[in-house]
Amino acid sequence: MTQGDEGAIRAAETPAGWDRAVDLDADPATIPDPAELEVPAELRAEIERRMALYPDRHSAAIPALTAAQKLHGWCSPEAIAQVACVMRVTPAYLSSVVTFYDMLSDQPVGRNSVYVCTSVACHVKDAKRVYDAIERAGAGLSDTVIREFECLGACDMAPMASVNGRFVGPLTEEDAPAIVDAIAKGEEVLPGRGLGDGGRG
Amino acid sequence: MLTEKRVLLENIDEPGLNTIDVYERHGGYKSLRKALFDTDSHALIEMLEACGLRGRGGAGFSMGKKVSFIPKGSQDKYLCCNADESEPGTFKDRLLMQKNPHRLIEGCLIASIAAGATHAFIFIRGEYELQADILDAAVAEAYAKGYIGRHMLDSRRSVELVVHRGAGAYICGEESALLDALEGKRGNPRLKPPFPAIQGLYQGPTLINNVETLSNVPLIVANGADWFKSMGTEKSAGTKVVSVSGNVQNPGNFEVELGVKARDIVYDLAGGPPEGRRVKCWFPGGSSAPVLTEADLDLAYDFETMAQAGSMLGSGAIIVVDDSQSIPGLALRLAEFYRHESCGKCSPCREGTNWTVKMLERIENGDSTPMDLEIMAQVQSNIIGNCLCVLGDSMAMPIGSMIEKFRPEFEEHIEDARARADVEAHAA
Repeated sequence: MTQGDEGAIRAAETPAGWDRAVDLDADPATIPDPAELEVPAELRAEIERRMALYPDRHSAAIPALTAAQKLHGWCSPEAIAQVACVMRVTPAYLSSVVTFYDMLSDQPVGRNSVYVCTSVACHVKDAKRVYDAIERAGAGLSDTVIREFECLGACDMAPMASVNGRFVGPLTEEDAPAIVDAIAKGEEVLPGRGLGDGGRG
Repeated sequence: MLTEKRVLLENIDEPGLNTIDVYERHGGYKSLRKALFDTDSHALIEMLEACGLRGRGGAGFSMGKKVSFIPKGSQDKYLCCNADESEPGTFKDRLLMQKNPHRLIEGCLIASIAAGATHAFIFIRGEYELQADILDAAVAEAYAKGYIGRHMLDSRRSVELVVHRGAGAYICGEESALLDALEGKRGNPRLKPPFPAIQGLYQGPTLINNVETLSNVPLIVANGADWFKSMGTEKSAGTKVVSVSGNVQNPGNFEVELGVKARDIVYDLAGGPPEGRRVKCWFPGGSSAPVLTEADLDLAYDFETMAQAGSMLGSGAIIVVDDSQSIPGLALRLAEFYRHESCGKCSPCREGTNWTVKMLERIENGDSTPMDLEIMAQVQSNIIGNCLCVLGDSMAMPIGSMIEKFRPEFEEHIEDARARADVEAHAA
């Protein structure tokens, strides 16, 4: 609660641009023309391979956007246009998918990710303190997104975090500098303490 | 002293069990051969009904019944394995997929044969990258050996299997939202009926089962329905992989027969709360289950008993909370989870989760009075049963149970926070 508005209810954070007016006169974006839009060959091949796996090509939307996000770093308008072009769907349709899922981002984010679980099972093991310590230690880290995340399904390692998709835990506040340091150097974080390390499961 | 009964988790720690050679050495894919050549789908469905296997994902519905609801005929039918394990406290499917992916694949194939499905999908949550990679490799191995695909093992049956990765949304574990996500849309739940068994994926009849449920299927086909029924209780047959987490000394996955005492699971297997601490409350089936108290630990851990006690077995995830924890703080974190994960389609859930968080924040900030507890309890009861899916209920039930069982603590917390806020206001 901020000073001065005691008793008021704090509004949830709103996404950037939510109060900007929509241009109602503009035509909706159409399916990009393959003759005009260049799509990286590898991305095109991956999306086409995915579409072939399903009875309906729309099912490939999430895997295709994940692949595009990997290439572009985030689901930028350019990335969405490329996927739309290959999948023959409108960019608006793909935008609706991107904004729904936590792992797809319509904002530029860092290429490194540190998702610290603070859900119930980690919460009772002081996960919030671990998150705060990592966030403090990683304040100067570039190209990295550090965020609280909902249950990652590794409550036996609580408190834990997913660093670039690799689960590490159990963590303490003292681990924060080592985690940040390894990310900055591009090394594996906390070797031997990840899920799957040395047969750990 | 309770010990584990390892059936699903047998040999789970053997290195290389995730490869097809080791799995075959342990008798893997023999059940698939049996399902393909020695029996027919009618007999398979009868066996699945007779064995009493109930869904391990949360609802506990009879798997055999679910298969029998799938219409016969030549239309395209589908099987979806729900591997979107996102219920806080649950991590059993993660272990099964990571260590023994071929048993799940075999289970998917046998269930597809029983349901007459030609396409099977494993919908795995996007965060499980390691497990999805292992599954992908296992599926490729099984394709190469002819277990999956057109005319599998030179029979007349064909099943295609695809591992589909989600992108991070708790709601996609709800079966109809899972179908929308698999169709490439936003994962919003659908209006039911029609149920997925009649009209599911791509409008076709669809069987949806959890990872643990499907992993049981090859064992049942191999050993028979009576073998499965001999474990557990009369109405809750078989074993259950229980994920124990929270304030325990030895968290992890433990496989036990259904019907054992919950106290034995928490103390004998998971080591109980840390030295000098007592169990304050526990969630018997993931964070969506109403909390139970210390005394309830003496109940039998099965579907019926947990339901009779006013909670549920759910996904079989026990989260233990010891007496060092504050219940209002726990309630706030719980409510924040459901607010974040609500898809926003139904108003009672979207608004109810939001306002519950705001009211709990007010308690923490010293802005509320004990009267707010009444309002909060009322909001919870207005959510239950009023939405397309049970996500809202999943918050309303545990929060409601916390207010009911720990009301004095909430009241004390409200007074303390108000007193603190007063002191701060005077100091400022």
